[in-house]
Order: sequence, then structure tokens, then C-alpha cells
Amino acid sequence: MSAADFYVPESAGGLPISLSRVEKSFGALNVLGNFNLDIPAGQFLAVVGRSGGGKSTLMRLVAGLDAADSGRVGIGGRQVERLHPSVRLLFQEARLVPWQRVIENVGIARGPNWQETARRTLADVGLEGRENDWPSVLSGGQRQRVALARALVSEPQILLLDEPFGALDALTRIEMHRLLERIWAARGFTTVLITHDVAEAVALADRVVVLREGAIALDIEIDLDRPRQELADPRAVDLQRRILDAV
Amino acid sequence: MAETSVAGGYAAGESRKLNLKGLGSALAPWTLPIALLLLWEIASQTGLVNARLMPAPTKIAATFWRLLLDGSLFFHTLASTQRAVIGLVIGGGLGFVAGVLTGLWKPAETLLDSTLQMVRNIPHLALIPLVILWFGIDETAKIFLVSIGVFFPIYINTFYGVRTIDPQLVEMASVYGLDRKALVQRIILPGALPSILVGLRYALGFMWLTLIVAETISATSGIGYMTMNAREFLQTDVVLLGIIVYALLGKLADVATRAIEKRVLVWHPAYQVKPGSIK
Ligand SMILES: Nc1ncnc2c1ncn2[C@@H]1O[C@H](COP(=O)(O)OP(=O)(O)OP(=O)(O)O)[C@@H](O)[C@H]1O
Ligand SMILES: [Mg+2]
Repeated sequence: MSAADFYVPESAGGLPISLSRVEKSFGALNVLGNFNLDIPAGQFLAVVGRSGGGKSTLMRLVAGLDAADSGRVGIGGRQVERLHPSVRLLFQEARLVPWQRVIENVGIARGPNWQETARRTLADVGLEGRENDWPSVLSGGQRQRVALARALVSEPQILLLDEPFGALDALTRIEMHRLLERIWAARGFTTVLITHDVAEAVALADRVVVLREGAIALDIEIDLDRPRQELADPRAVDLQRRILDAV
Repeated sequence: MAETSVAGGYAAGESRKLNLKGLGSALAPWTLPIALLLLWEIASQTGLVNARLMPAPTKIAATFWRLLLDGSLFFHTLASTQRAVIGLVIGGGLGFVAGVLTGLWKPAETLLDSTLQMVRNIPHLALIPLVILWFGIDETAKIFLVSIGVFFPIYINTFYGVRTIDPQLVEMASVYGLDRKALVQRIILPGALPSILVGLRYALGFMWLTLIVAETISATSGIGYMTMNAREFLQTDVVLLGIIVYALLGKLADVATRAIEKRVLVWHPAYQVKPGSIK
């Protein structure tokens, strides 16, 4: 399947994200201090870092789920004040509503024509025919696919992913990588992927940022050809080593 | 069940054996009650126990038939059921509304919850003398008592159900732009439902209990009245019949809630029938 097999909405494309002099503390704990990051529209950025390094905090600020203590978080040139309708998140857990069927989960916002849109998006993520299942009967990978479909239905211009594949087995994870890469290539939304997995970051991202002690310790471009072979590209291995050294 | 999940591979004879085993295990719980009934009958017939105080099952069956034919059994059962249902609707409805309100809205919790938790500790049957003074012995008194009896289990479990909704789901819903109404309708109430149904089960127990006591104290109809009346004339068979009717009504209510649970909790893994398992 090529990228063109996916449904591409009219409003395809991404929005730029910019953080400047952002500070965020929890009590005495300073999680992000004087933090600056600019993400151009449509870029696939991976954020890598140790546990507790502030990755999820960063994402919650961009999503508008939490507010920064000071500094500016901007999306498309405008300051983020609350939840932005064209920003969607994928969490480590799929967070499906157990008492709603798969299709109802995907169409959670019940927009116009939601059933048709949900059906089409489920087909895009490879879950055709599972519309009427309960979430509890799905596998972990299938649940994340439903969560991905739910995020895509509203045609987001920014997709934030907080370790969404962390709990999946290696094979399912590679499958999800391919799926995400194809959809991203077709739709062009700005993507921020948070991950512990350096190989995942190098396999998917245009650019990798290492977050350490609330600051950026490394910021490199990944200019490998797409679609990428996950294994044994010596350049990829070299990049992975450089990122690991910075973490 | 592990042994039946591979049932596809069994030969016909094997599956018949399984069916017999299924029948046997279906009947097993009835062995003891039937044996006890038989023993009771014999003891009563032979005069081993005083038939006046403990009439034989056959005698009770005859009484059942007699009261069924003259319509009084139906009349009293209907009277009791009516009170039960009206009380359940009023008390349960108020409990549900109060539970949702306090669960969702902090000021309501501050205002109501500690008071309700305090009142809850008063056994509602202790109110009977007061209730008789207030309402006399007419229907209002009994419906009032039943309402109070069912209010608390429904209130507490609704409140608990609403409060223990997974905050991650609520956060997800807000990210996806659900407004307050959609959030309550699609996330909070369905999520609280298992807990609310537990409350309903308890409430039904309290409902019959309250009714028995209230009817034996002051009533001119209902199963409780029927048994109290029979006691004055030493009609032990009618008393026992009344007790059995109460047991059956209680059982019926329980079966009904289970059926509701099975219907509305189809999404719940505990209620999903896996392919290959026995229904
Ligand atoms: N709501 C909160 N209240 C208090 N402290 C918090 C809160 N959220 C995060 N923290 C703290 O901020 C720090 C950064 O947390 P964050 O969740 O952003 O880390 P992370 O990089 O996502 O880690 P992980 O890789 O384990 O998910 C941690 O020390 C955490 O304990
Ligand atoms: Mg995190």
C-alpha cells in the first residue's frame, strides 16, 4: 500500500509549534527551565530522554492540558491558552472508552457524518470489520490502532504521541511504525513522538531532540531516506549511538 | 471452562457425556433443599414435630392453593409489590439524583454529603414510631419507610461510581472536545453504572426488609399484614406461606437485576461470553 491509498483530507498539512523561554515547575521541582524549541510545520520530531526528564510535561504544555509558569507556547503563531482543536494526543495507554464500541470510540466527538468517517479511518489503520467490537476483546496493538484512528478522524494538524507503542511487542511495534509513517507522509501533520526507544526515534523522525534535566542536550537531523529499513543501516546505527551518548 | 474450549475436537459420545454432566451439575444444588423438604414432611406427618407450629409442606401447598383461589394471596402480594415499587422509584430516584449531583458538583458534596452520611447511620426502622406519628398508618408511612431504606444504598453507590471514573478517560474526553453534557452522558453515567447496579441490588434487599417490618406493624393489606393476621388465629401455614412469598419476591427482584446487569453491562469483560464457553 502506498501513501496515496489513504484518505487525505482537504485540510491536510501541519501547524508549526514554538516554545520560547518556557518554565515549568511542580513545587520545588523545576522540570523545564528556560526551554526553547521550534518545530516547523509538518516536521516529524522525536523527543528522547530519561524517565522523569520532563517529556510528558512538555507534551502536556503543547496540548494545552497544563499551563506553563512563564514563557510562551505557540501553535501556528498563536499562544496556546486551552485545548487546541487541531491538536490530538496518543497516550501510552489507548484510553478507549470500554462501554463504547470501536466505531463509537473513534467517533467520540460525534462530528457530522461521524460513522462514515470513523469507518473509513478504521480501514486506514487496518481495522476494517472490527467496528462493532468492544474494546476489551482487542489486542494491545489493535487498541492503539483504534486510538490512532480516533486521533486521525478529526483531521489534526498536530499529532502528539507519548510513548504510544511502549507496551507493544517488537513486531507489532514495527507494524505500527510503518502505519504511522505512511499516514504522516500522506497527511503531513506536525508530529511529536516521545519515546524511550532510540531506534524508534531514528526509524521515524526527521529530527531527534534529547531532553536532559529540563534542557535540550542534543538536537540532530535524521536525513535517511524513507521508507526506512529499521535494521542494519550503518548510518542509522551511528545516529543511534550519538543519541544514546547524549541521553 | 478449559475442557470445553476445545469442544470442537470432541467426538459425539464425548459431548453427550458432557451434557449429562451438565445436567447433573444443574440439579446438584437442589438435592439438599429437596431432601430437607422430604424430611420435614415425614417429621410433620409422623408427629415428630408439632404440626400446629410447623405444618407439613403439603399443608402449606394446600393453603397456597386455597388463598390463590379466593384471590387473597394475589390481593396481598399486589398491595406489597405496589408499595415496594413506589418506594423504590421515589427513594431510588432521589438517591440517584443526589448521588450524581454530589459526585459531579463539589458544592453539592460539601452541602449534602456529610449530613447524609450522618443520617445514614440511623437505622431507618428506628423511625417507625415517629413515622406512625407523622403519617398515621396509611400508605404514606410505608412508602416513606421504603423510600428511606432504598435511598442510601443507591445514593452511596451512585456517588462512588461517579467519583471513581478513570480520570484519564475524562481527560481524554476533554482533549476530544466533549462538552459537559456529552461527558456525563457518554463517559460518567455509563462508567458509574456497574456501581449503581450494585446499589440497586442492596436497595432491593432493604426494600423487602423494610416492607416486612412496616407491614407487620401497621397495615390492612400486604403480605406482612396477612402473616400477622394469621398469627392471631394460629394459622401457622399462612405465616409460612407469607415467608415463602417474601423469599420468592426477593429472589425475583434479584433475578431481574441480574438480567438488567447482563443487558446493560455487555461491554464489561466479566459479562462477555467467550466463544467455546458454556452459557
Ligand atoms: N502533576 C505533577 N505533580 C507533581 N510532579 C509532577 C507532575 N507531573 C510530573 N511531575 C514530575 O515532573 C517530572 C517530569 O515528569 P514527566 O512525566 O514529564 O517525565 P517523563 O520524561 O515523561 O518521564 P517518563 O519517561 O517516565 O514518562 C517528574 O519528576 C515528575 O515526578
Ligand atoms: Mg512520560
